[in-house]
Amino acid sequence: MVYENPDGVRIGLEVHVQLNKLNTKLFCGCSTKYHNSEPNTHVCPVCLGLPGSLPVINERAVEFAMKIGLALNCSIVEQTQFHRKNYYYPDLPKGFQTTQYDYPIAGQGKIMIEGEDGERVIRITRAHMEEDPGRLQHMGSIDRSKGTLINYNRSGMTLIEIVSEPDMRSPKEARRYLDKLRSILDYLDVFDGDLEGAMRVDANVSVFNGERVEVKNISSFKGAERALLYEIMRQKNHIRRGGTITLETRHFDEARGVTLSMRTKEEEHDYRYFPEPDLVPLRVADRVPEVLKTLPELPDAKKERFMKEYGIADMHARALTTEIKLANFYEEVAAKVDPKAAAVWIADILKGELNYRDLAIDAFTVDDIVDIVELVTSNRITEQSGVEIIRTVLDHGGKPQDIVNEKGLLKVEDDIVAKAVGEAIAENPEAVADYLAGKEKSLNFIVGKVMQKTKGRADAREAREKVLEELKE
Amino acid sequence: MITKEEVEHVGWLSRIEIDAKQSDSYAEKLNSVLDYFGQLDEVDTEDIAPTYHIADIVNVFREDEVTESLSQKEVLANTENKQEGNFKAPRIM
Repeated sequence: MVYENPDGVRIGLEVHVQLNKLNTKLFCGCSTKYHNSEPNTHVCPVCLGLPGSLPVINERAVEFAMKIGLALNCSIVEQTQFHRKNYYYPDLPKGFQTTQYDYPIAGQGKIMIEGEDGERVIRITRAHMEEDPGRLQHMGSIDRSKGTLINYNRSGMTLIEIVSEPDMRSPKEARRYLDKLRSILDYLDVFDGDLEGAMRVDANVSVFNGERVEVKNISSFKGAERALLYEIMRQKNHIRRGGTITLETRHFDEARGVTLSMRTKEEEHDYRYFPEPDLVPLRVADRVPEVLKTLPELPDAKKERFMKEYGIADMHARALTTEIKLANFYEEVAAKVDPKAAAVWIADILKGELNYRDLAIDAFTVDDIVDIVELVTSNRITEQSGVEIIRTVLDHGGKPQDIVNEKGLLKVEDDIVAKAVGEAIAENPEAVADYLAGKEKSLNFIVGKVMQKTKGRADAREAREKVLEELKE
Repeated sequence: MITKEEVEHVGWLSRIEIDAKQSDSYAEKLNSVLDYFGQLDEVDTEDIAPTYHIADIVNVFREDEVTESLSQKEVLANTENKQEGNFKAPRIM
């Protein structure tokens, strides 16, 4: 199957990743742990842009940036430096943002995603380092606001901006790209993606290979998919009505799900980039071999290994390796019980129950799922009971073995099932006659009676087979 | 040559109001500064590596260790426009 891309959609994404697992900001020693703090309590003369203050680069931030670059299969530049990007906006106390310009620390990489028609390469143009601006909060709604409140706690946090080529052909592929990026970054342990503002997305999108429109202010992955769906539809409708698409920047209004034109008079050359004289250049390419040694096994490689080592299906291996925490959880379980059964129970069942409750894998213990898988594979409880135990543990707590005892989930012996089948058939001659006359539904009725008699502890599939056997004779 | 319009544009980028009378005189002064620096264009820099920084050093780093921040009171000491620990600015679109 080949995806035709009927509307000629091209999407490129710029993702800002905040390296909030560093202890300090990019150019000063202020703590990065400001998320639950009072405004303007994690700032100093450097990140407040006070005259005379001097920035010094956080060495670990450079290492993190290199790690990310290498994990995205980029090459690390021989020499780089920081530039000043000048613009006046109150979120930038200095009047410029310190960023990288013509020599980003990492360039020309690629990652693989599951595209519309199979594996797809998304090329990475560049990944560069820059500082985060402060946070603005409008007093009241944006159009009737009386003023703006500014909190500089975020100012100077390390950002990595990852820019892709326009290689995505649908909002779905864009979403897959974002998920993959998040997965890789989680593996690298450079950021906590659950913290507010940890990943922010700008999208460039065009249809029928026309001019591109930049959509800003997307704050979630779901938001990215919605913004793109809307923007593609808007561009197609505009062209259908005889309009043309011109280069512009639009703002995504999350609440209304629409993109709005932002008239901006500033253009690239208005930023008057020039080398930051307060920082000396970086020459770090010779550290690449050492940083490579610190790279963990990444999602694609782990997926391949899981398939080989545990003999599990591609689909399961993929589901189990998307999140590093889930992958580690699975490996612990697979070391104790049948890896194939463990894959089914974790990827298909446990993950579904967790997602349904909006819980992470931390909500369940390795020991509990090991117990459940053992109970099922040794044929002591039914699969249905296994699911019930998982739900009970999640909703009310408790240990699997205790739940089995309390609820009487141990499978009943075969002869008890046989006895119940005999009784159900003897007591319901009408249903039997209907079934033999061709009414399939009557079979379910008889099986239901068997389940009633065994108080649900018989395996429904086995009960059905036994009833069928009896009726054949 | 810097035109009057360019002076006004740069003024806008810097959020500085420049009235019509001033912009002519700014253009004149800026052009004389540019002419002065224009002398540098006469130097032949073919085959010379760009100077990225006047000090010939690279890789000046600090450890990722937390140092003390200012107190909120100190941070806001130089402004009268504050509210609930924030700086307060005029409405921004």
